[in-house]
This record gives sequence, C-alpha cells and structure tokens, in this order.
Amino acid sequence: MSKIIANNLNLWYSAFHALKSINLAFEEKRITAIIGPSGCGKSTLLRVFNRMNDLIEGVRLEGEARIDSENILGGNFDDLVRLRKKVGMVFQRPNPFPLSVYENITFGLKVHHLAKKKDFDAIVQEALESVMLWKDLKDKLRKNALGLSLEQKQRLCIARCIAVKPDILLMDEPCSALDPQATLKIEELMQKLKKDYTIVIVTHSMQQAARVSDDAGFMLLGELVEFGKTVQVFTAPKDKRTEEYITGRYG
Amino acid sequence: MKLRQIKEFVIEKLIFLSGIASILFVVLIFVFLLKEGIAFFREVPAKDFIGGKYWYPISDPERFGILPLILGSLLVTFGAILVSVPVSIACAFYISEVAPVKLKDILKTGIEMLAAIPSVVLGFIGMTTLVPWVKKIFHLPTGLTALSGSIMLGLMAMPTIISISEDAINAVPKSYKEGALALGATRWQAMYRVVIHAALPGIIAASMLGIGRVIGETMAVMMITGNAAVIPQTFLQPVRTLTATIAAEMGETVHGSNHYYSLFAIGIILFVLTFIINITADMFLHRNKK
Repeated sequence: MSKIIANNLNLWYSAFHALKSINLAFEEKRITAIIGPSGCGKSTLLRVFNRMNDLIEGVRLEGEARIDSENILGGNFDDLVRLRKKVGMVFQRPNPFPLSVYENITFGLKVHHLAKKKDFDAIVQEALESVMLWKDLKDKLRKNALGLSLEQKQRLCIARCIAVKPDILLMDEPCSALDPQATLKIEELMQKLKKDYTIVIVTHSMQQAARVSDDAGFMLLGELVEFGKTVQVFTAPKDKRTEEYITGRYG
Repeated sequence: MKLRQIKEFVIEKLIFLSGIASILFVVLIFVFLLKEGIAFFREVPAKDFIGGKYWYPISDPERFGILPLILGSLLVTFGAILVSVPVSIACAFYISEVAPVKLKDILKTGIEMLAAIPSVVLGFIGMTTLVPWVKKIFHLPTGLTALSGSIMLGLMAMPTIISISEDAINAVPKSYKEGALALGATRWQAMYRVVIHAALPGIIAASMLGIGRVIGETMAVMMITGNAAVIPQTFLQPVRTLTATIAAEMGETVHGSNHYYSLFAIGIILFVLTFIINITADMFLHRNKK
C-alpha cells in the first residue's frame, strides 16, 4: 500500500482550477520530487497533504487524498492537528520562530504534549544531531534562532519537524534561499533522513530533483503530466511535454 | 541656470529652518521650565520638595511637599495601566488575527478616531456617568476617586495602545504563524507561543506611549479624581495628580512667589517622568526594528 494516495483530486481557488484530476501514489521511505514551472500547482499539491490550503479563503477540494489509507480531507479539528503532527513541513524561506534554538525544537513537543519537561534536553539533542547541527549549536541552545546562518536556520526548521516524530516530511523548495554549498549539504541530509521518513520535495531546480529523488512527478498547468522513477522521467519521458520541459523548452 | 540655483538654495534653507525651528522650540520650552523651576530649589531643597508629605502652598508657614502628588499620579497611572493594557492587547489581537477583513478596517479606523475625543469631553462623561456609579457600587461618600480616574484614563490610553500594538502584530511575518500551524499548533497556540513573542517589543512600546499620555493627562483627571492632596492609601479615595495641581493652581498664584515657582518645579518633575517613559518606549521600538 502506498503511503500517500490521491484519487481524482481537484482543487479550486474560487473560480481558478488549480489542480486537475490528480491521481498519484507516493511510496514510503523514498524521496519523491515534484517539478514543474512556476504556477503549475506543485506547491498547492504539496499543501494538500498537510491541509495548509485550509488557511486560504475560497479554496474548494474534490476527490480523495489518503495517507496510510486514511482519508485526510474533511475530518474534524483533532484530525487536522493529528495530521499536521504526522506530516511535517519545511518552507521555502527558513522560518525559525523568534525564540531560542531550544524553544524552537520544544515548540511541537509542548503543543502536542508529547514529552515531559525532563526529557526535553534529550529530545533537543537527538533532533539537532539528526540534522547535524548539534556540534555547532550545543553551546548556543539559549541563543535566539534568528541569529543563525540561513543554512543553519533551515536545518533547525527540519529538526523542529523531526522532534515531533512525523512520518512524512513535505519540503517546499527548501533550498531556494540557500547558496549552492548549503544546498548540497541539505540534500545530503535528505538522503540520510530518507531511512526514517517519507519525503516529498517540490523544487523548480531539475538538477536538484535529478540528484535527490527516487521518484519524480512533472506538473504543468494543474495537471500531473507524468509520474515515475526519476531515472525514467529524466531519461525516457513518456509524455512529450515532460521531454520539452526537461530539455529546457518551457519555463 | 542661475535662477534655478537660487531657487534650490532657498528651498533647501527653508526646509532646514523649519526642521531646526521645531527642535529649537522644544529646547526653549525646556530652558524656560528649568529657569523658572531651578530658582525654586534655592528656596526649598529638592529632597524636601520630592519627599515632603504636605502640600500647603498658601498656608503660613508654606509647605511644599509633593510626595502626595507624585504618589497620586503614579497610583492613577498604575490603575490606568491595569485597566488598559490587557484589554488593549486582547483587542489588538482580535483586530489583527480574528476579525473578518471587513470588520477589521472598520474597527481600526473607529479606534483611531476615538483617540481624537477631547479629554475634557471624556472627563465630562466620566463625571456624569462613571463617578456616580463608583459611588453607588462601593458605598463611598464620593465617587471622585483614584479608581474613577484610572478607569477614565485607561479608556483614553486604549486607542494609542491598540493601534500601535495592532501594527506590531501585523508586522510579524506570516511565515512564523504558518510554521507554527504546520507543526500542528492551533490558532491560539500559534498566537500566544509565537506571534506574541515576535510582537512583544512593539506591544511594550505601545503600552509605554499610552502610559506617557496618561501621566501627562490633566483635564479629565482634574474633573474626576477629587483633587485631595493626601498620600493615597487605596484606589477608593480622592487623589491629586501633578498635572491637576499645576492646572488648578497656576491661575490663582501670585506671579513671582514661591508657590508660583514651585509649580514650575512640578513641571520639571513631570517632564523627567514622561521623558523616561518616552525614552524607554523608543528603546523598545528601536529594538523591534533591528
């Protein structure tokens, strides 16, 4: 059974038809990349899976989206909180809270009452170690997170998600604010995290998709044009539009 | 070419002059205040002035102790903070985070308009509605109390505090809230665990500015606090503030007398108090910008 499934999923922003009959199945503990030109709906699709689209007025959804075969659309308030605990999200611009490094990581623990105060230290260390920040920050846990470098901030945001033990990490162009070197390091981190998490990454860098992902989907104008193994999508695309995009004739 | 140069020169100097003039006026006011007030301290030592418990400026011998007045001002101000700050912050949060967009605009404009109500009108309203009400509820001989003053001044400070706090909350990047919600926080958790932290310097600055207005306020307090120059014990008794003292007595004093100069000295004390508050507010606002 696939981890994430969508059946005939449609989404409208008021009158604008942003996602058109999407069908997909993402596998567990793999990195799935969604590529496509700006405005193709790839971020919107990503935000279906943790229902961040709920925040926007006038959004209407039809069809079906399932995680672990449980319908994630609809459901009550508790279901929504549970969903977002299970599905972490990393944003385009690193957005650590204006709190200390320590408080950034314990935020989710407090919100979900996941651990006792006395266990916080261990969890913070574990989370920072998993994103390879512990060595750099172990003496700066009480410092404000806004003082970190961009790369450190993005790692901290990943650590913040990991601390609540999600199953899935959604990454919305997580490297677009970073320089090439920091980008490579975050990509290395993703490879390491793949062992424990199902990762879905939206990117408009095709090279990045080719480097990090196992599966890839190509979106255009709200449609999922092609989906398959990354190697296949990039070397032997079945759809002409995919071929045109990856050879640089679009966007 | 020549004409244009002259024009440039004249305009530049005019702008410079008007800029300098505003600073100059403030400095002149301060110098005047100091000059008139300092003379007084030659007659009465500052220690006796600030620490003295009795304010009998026209009895014989005269006594110039402003401790009751300072405490009166501080008590009324403290009460006003208790009344205005929590409500204002809640209101600012409501406007920026909860209220629907249409209502938001109406509320914001409405509240900013409230700031324009002349204080004498508020004093009048307080006198006719609030004062009898306080008298009845607490079974007091008079409703002209520190409590009435605090409530009225609290209401006066609210528009300032709400409006500036709301700006501060609005200036918090949306990404903080998104991040919190994406971690599974509820709207309320996102607000009080993250947004309020980010907006805190602005909210503190807003409160300070509101308080600055309260301390300097004269007309409304004079009308509803009872003006008894005694050291206050509770909120339910009449008090007299520094500002009300100056306003009430300046018209009746003999020009050049000790009493006359003592009022200027009170002015200096008041100036120092508001100056400290404004500087503190400024520091917080500045920290916010960084």
